[in-house]
Amino acid sequence: MPILKLHLRRALQDIRSNRTLSLVTTSTFALSILIVSAALLFFVNMGDLIDGWRQGIRIMTYLQDGLTATDRSHLRARMENLYGVQRAAFIPKDQALSRLENQMGRQASILENLDRNPLPDAFEIQMIAAHQSWEKVEELAGTLEKLEGVSEVEYGQRWIKRIINVFNLFQLTGTIMGALFFMAAIFIVGNTVRLVLYSRREEVEIMRLVGATERFILAPFYFQSLIQAALGGVAGLVILYVMYRLIQSRIATDMAASVLQLRFLSPATMLGIVVCGMLVGWLGCHLSVKQYVRI
Amino acid sequence: MSVEEGNAALIRLFHVHRHFHATRALTDVTLDIYRNEFLFVTGASGAGKTTLLKLLYRGEVASQGQILVDGMNLARIPRRQIHLLRRKFGIIFQDYKLIPTRTVYDNVALVLEAAGRKPSYIRKKVNSVLRTVGMENRHNALPPSLSGGEQQRVAVARAVVGDPTIVLADEPTGSLDTESAGLIMNFLKTFHTRGATVVVATHDRELIRSIPGRIIYLQEGRLTGAPTV
Ligand SMILES: Nc1ncnc2c1ncn2[C@@H]1O[C@H](COP(=O)(O)OP(=O)(O)OP(=O)(O)O)[C@@H](O)[C@H]1O
Ligand SMILES: [Mg+2]
Repeated sequence: MPILKLHLRRALQDIRSNRTLSLVTTSTFALSILIVSAALLFFVNMGDLIDGWRQGIRIMTYLQDGLTATDRSHLRARMENLYGVQRAAFIPKDQALSRLENQMGRQASILENLDRNPLPDAFEIQMIAAHQSWEKVEELAGTLEKLEGVSEVEYGQRWIKRIINVFNLFQLTGTIMGALFFMAAIFIVGNTVRLVLYSRREEVEIMRLVGATERFILAPFYFQSLIQAALGGVAGLVILYVMYRLIQSRIATDMAASVLQLRFLSPATMLGIVVCGMLVGWLGCHLSVKQYVRI
Repeated sequence: MSVEEGNAALIRLFHVHRHFHATRALTDVTLDIYRNEFLFVTGASGAGKTTLLKLLYRGEVASQGQILVDGMNLARIPRRQIHLLRRKFGIIFQDYKLIPTRTVYDNVALVLEAAGRKPSYIRKKVNSVLRTVGMENRHNALPPSLSGGEQQRVAVARAVVGDPTIVLADEPTGSLDTESAGLIMNFLKTFHTRGATVVVATHDRELIRSIPGRIIYLQEGRLTGAPTV
């Protein structure tokens, strides 16, 4: 395709002879892509974290005192028959107490003065993964509470619900911000192309006079925008990756490393981001070119 | 006067007017230009020579009247097809109109690139045309670094590189010394003998005398039958 090569060469020539302008455009792209993909990275990891918490959701059903072993095994059978329950593990009150002692660490000495274990026996209910939506947990807890022999039901991580709500709000603002940045990017590319077109209006007119089609004249401007968008996109992602590695090495030295498994954007996502950026570049160019041709 | 009656008219102007607000650049011009004619358009400065040439390639639009070029009605050409009209012409502009940021070679090659010619053909053709105008050693020079005469020769090269049907030359010897002017005129003559129709706008009487051709006179935008001087 010699014509493509020709347009590409002219686009590169244009970029070279308008270095400052090209640099500004490319940097704007890099910044927009950086911000948008940083938000995306945050959401991906936050989503992972929340999924992890969700999988950790356990419902504790505390039992009334004085149940016999037969009562317990009946109850267990009824629980495991409930829709969404994977397993009901019996936790005798002695085990619960030693767990508590472990968790309290040095303050466990308070417990030594107890003459009687105040904790009840309990079943720990593990849910089927597919049923871990918040509504399902609440529904199941309600059912469990009504079972005979159950005194109380607790699903300690109620706060997850609140975090999920906050997260959803974040996601909404993130999406809106991303849209705004893309609009700004379109505007800025459009402006660059307009400026270049303006500085080249004499040349454009000459090309028209020697019989060039509008397509031939304008193709390099599209190529230029696409190149700048691609370069900016890649630069933005590289900066984000460097920042990511810095943060990751920080966290790795902390004990949080085991809890927080960070991951970077997948290659497909990165490709998608760059392609989106190029689309924005094309669009910005197209809008100002159309305006220019009409004049 | 009609030297080439036998030929069909390649360009026809029929009662053409062109005015810019109060300025009447051209008034009621009716004119046939024949295939393979060598035509001089002459007249004083401001008589409308440049305007007449511009109308032919639709650099200007007639305010009134009809213009036909090689069968195309210029008033009817849609915007998207103007390039087809322009490719019939090779134009040497009064102010050269070379792209200052492109090399001599690129300026000339542009015409063939725009027409979608093969790179191998472009290389061969541009090299040969630049050799003919004596610019073979200045391929990579930028137009602003050239003398007026050299720029003029590049402009001529660009005008003929696409083998146009019609060559328009607006004051092609404008500010040149006699030797450079002679070179350019020889070049136009050669091109004419190869079959092109050549239209030269000039008020250089020396030039007109140097080549046989039809002469038309413009006076304040009107065609007049006889020379005024
Ligand atoms: N774009 C324009 N706007 C207004 N007036 C114009 C325009 N173009 C030409 N004119 C006027 O039309 C008249 C003819 O101009 P034109 O350039 O055709 O003359 P010319 O014969 O080529 O002169 P010269 O020998 O100096 O090149 C002049 O009075 C000029 O001022
Ligand atoms: Mg003139």
